Amino acid sequence: MNSTETLSNNSVNDTGDLIPDESPFAEHWHQLKRSKTAMAGLIIILFFVLVAIFAPVLAPHDPVIQNMEMRKTAPFASEYILGTDDLGRDMLSRLIYGARISMVIGVIAVGIALFFGIFIGLISAYYGGWVDKVIMRLVDIMLAFPYILLTIVIVAVLGPSLTNAMVAIGISQIPRYIRIVRASVLAEKENDYVLAERALGASDMELMFRSILPNCLAPISVQATLGFGSAILESAGLSFLGLGAQPPTPEWGLMIASSKEFVTSAWWIVTLPGIATLLAVLGFNLLGDGLRDILDPRMKD
Amino acid sequence: MDEKKLLSIENINVHFNTRRGVVKAVRDLSLHINKGETLALVGESGCGKSVTAHTINQLIPMPPGVIESGSVMFRDRDLLKLPLKEIQKLRGTQISMIFQEPMTSLNPVFKIGEQLADVFLAHQKMTKKEAHAKAVELLDLVKIPSPEKRAMDYPHQLSGGMRQRVMIAMALASPEPGLMIADEPTTALDVTIQAQILDLLTDLKDKVDMSILLITHDMGVVAETADRVVVMYAGRKVEEGTVFQIFDNPSHPYTLGLLNSLPSNEKYSDSSRLEAIPGNVPDLLSLGEGCPFANRCNYADDSCEKSFPHSTCIEEEHNIWCHKADDVKKTKGPKS
Amino acid sequence: MKPLMEVKNLKKYYQISSREGNKKQTLKAVDDVSFNIMKGEILGVVGESGCGKSTLGKTVLRLHEKTEGEVLYGGRDLFSLHHKEMTELRKSIQMVFQDPFSSLNPRKKVSSLIGQPLRIHNAGSPGEINGMIEDIMNEVGINPMYKNRFPHQFSGGQRQRIGIARALALNPEFVVCDEAVSALDVSVQAQILNLLQDLREKHDLTYMFIAHDLAVVEYISTRIVVMYLGKIIEVAEKDELVNNHTHPYTKALFNAFPLTDPHKRAEKKKIVMGDVPSPVNPPAGCHFHPRCPYAKAVCKEQYPPLKEVAPGHMSACWLNE
Repeated sequence: MNSTETLSNNSVNDTGDLIPDESPFAEHWHQLKRSKTAMAGLIIILFFVLVAIFAPVLAPHDPVIQNMEMRKTAPFASEYILGTDDLGRDMLSRLIYGARISMVIGVIAVGIALFFGIFIGLISAYYGGWVDKVIMRLVDIMLAFPYILLTIVIVAVLGPSLTNAMVAIGISQIPRYIRIVRASVLAEKENDYVLAERALGASDMELMFRSILPNCLAPISVQATLGFGSAILESAGLSFLGLGAQPPTPEWGLMIASSKEFVTSAWWIVTLPGIATLLAVLGFNLLGDGLRDILDPRMKD
Repeated sequence: MDEKKLLSIENINVHFNTRRGVVKAVRDLSLHINKGETLALVGESGCGKSVTAHTINQLIPMPPGVIESGSVMFRDRDLLKLPLKEIQKLRGTQISMIFQEPMTSLNPVFKIGEQLADVFLAHQKMTKKEAHAKAVELLDLVKIPSPEKRAMDYPHQLSGGMRQRVMIAMALASPEPGLMIADEPTTALDVTIQAQILDLLTDLKDKVDMSILLITHDMGVVAETADRVVVMYAGRKVEEGTVFQIFDNPSHPYTLGLLNSLPSNEKYSDSSRLEAIPGNVPDLLSLGEGCPFANRCNYADDSCEKSFPHSTCIEEEHNIWCHKADDVKKTKGPKS
Repeated sequence: MKPLMEVKNLKKYYQISSREGNKKQTLKAVDDVSFNIMKGEILGVVGESGCGKSTLGKTVLRLHEKTEGEVLYGGRDLFSLHHKEMTELRKSIQMVFQDPFSSLNPRKKVSSLIGQPLRIHNAGSPGEINGMIEDIMNEVGINPMYKNRFPHQFSGGQRQRIGIARALALNPEFVVCDEAVSALDVSVQAQILNLLQDLREKHDLTYMFIAHDLAVVEYISTRIVVMYLGKIIEVAEKDELVNNHTHPYTKALFNAFPLTDPHKRAEKKKIVMGDVPSPVNPPAGCHFHPRCPYAKAVCKEQYPPLKEVAPGHMSACWLNE
């Protein structure tokens, strides 16, 4: 079809105005800005992300260097603004580096869960039939285990370390992503555009990853945001149990665990990492809930 | 108010305040419905026909909707000034509404007989048994076969056509049905079913003393059922007249274009090209003060862009709103 | 002359689980349908919801797998082709969809939508493809300036033009238009019908035009197939079918169709009563007999054969006997 000649005037007249609409992203961004809780969540997250990125610049001390003379210094009483812990390490610096570790945990755990969840969920929903049945039964089995138990079992098999904890959290989150991806792919693949593109000769891979997946990103991003928060919380839990980060890593859960006996004598050593964890998780949950309200029309009234 | 008139809308303006700006959905609209007549409000998507209907029974969501100025007189009362409670009383009794998709307006967990009986019980003193008998009677009136049995059905057990009949029965259940607003009542139905429903509506209008405001985009449906017609375009009324005036002597360029673009028009029996109206329906956000049809109109000149025209009377009851009424009259050939 | 496409005894059944218990039921969406499409013809397929016209359109393009039967295109059965051969054949058989809102991927730009078939079938270098996209956009009446816009920024009519551009990008021979204009406003519908006519003349296309709107089918088609509950009940050249239809259902359809002439309203029409039955459990015998005013005893027992009642005019009704 090489000709650019125009057909008789009656059919070529639709050069009319476009609907001056904005991109879906701009639309959502506007809605997000109006949601106070989601914005609060976003600000908290941004704060932690910036702290994590600039940790070496922001931290006044080395987080693992011990100052035996200044053990258990109270906050605002010395050069250590937030005090020191039982080994004389600067609390503020440990919290700042802890943010870095928490963000890495979130990225890696969510990354693992996302990668496998999207791939498996997409295949399950797209091909359907026995493939789908087998995958969904496996997911049911995984979900039948108490979540934390599953994580602990995986860590126990892999051996306790921060890296293994991240992997374990990632693996145990996979079933949720499979379910969410599968549900939205099932809904999305009913649309005519999938059939239309198949009629053009598009391959399964092209249909799955280039046509359907981009339209399923909304629910996935909600789950990823919420999953980020829970990954931080679980890693703290695993470290508390001694299955995650090992001393002297400034991991928030580990900081709580190793100082729990000072809860009455030096409250800040236990409380400050607890508050940091709480804030970070709260930030992701607020943003996740806000995103869900905007992106998931079923939640609207 | 004129004795003949059941409803009279004067100069209403309905706006919606959206983030992108003010959408002027209905502008300076006046129309009336006589007792016992079927008025068809016809136009394409976005012409404001449904908004007009929702203005009558106050179903415009506010905000973002704003009804600016004007009045809606129904049986000597201005509906725009009535308190919500009074409006709610009117809805479903004197002003009823049927929609394109009846499933959404029927309660899925109650039998249709119960739902119908409830309408009786709400407005009249009678026992449950009497109400049920009345309900069955009504189902029979709307020509539902074996009405006693069907009264025991849930909405999902009925076909689309049957559900629409139930909705019509609901509208008739009130003691003094006055106006029935039918918003695209047959658009979701198959042609053979559409014919049944249109036939039923025409039949009932004579049996029960009521007027129908029929909202549709389908000129065929208009020709089959309407007494009078109001043609709307982009929130404005552009032509009004009796159904014969509109189809025999369409005088506004838009009405002409609309009728000419119908493939069912007899002059296309030889598969020649259709006379399409160029361009698209305008965006309601970017409308100026001029005639909204100007940019798609063959007759338009500068004056059309500047102001919306006053009415031109073609003959009694037949008016158009067009600056170029004379030009249209001269050039428009006889309907072939 | 050899037909472009021959459809022989095509069946497409779906297994559905019924509400009561686990009993599987068979939905016969397309039930033993045979017809030919000649080159250059516009075959209109008309019928009410549940008649299987849309399933038929998708099955003859092998967008659904068949249950039984053959679809011969250029002498080869579509369903016997391997994946690669089928992908190659997709260049010449294309489809325009009903809903211009769901048939365009909302995350793709116009250039990517129209360019997709060209890229899949390696129609040229990126630069050449870009040029082709602009040519096609011009041809269907969309300013190429808009090629980086997303579908939601266009009106319904413009979107349908994009859908047509995509279907025609590879210069196909045969295009199935499935309710291609029914979601559009009347004035825009006329533009699209004209466009389809122009493109057909220019590119020597053959259409299978599926619609529920009798007026549209009557206007555009050269030959018309009428379907009811999965079966073809009547088929004839356009003029023959419009003027001399014999099947009671075709008569009912023509009678029910609202005319745009209020003067003819008075001619009281015969309206066929009853609902369209579910295709899951169609009535025994002729599927139309419960609604048919002429039904005889035999109609309740046996399905009537599709018989030639005039040259090129077939009808499935016991009244023809």
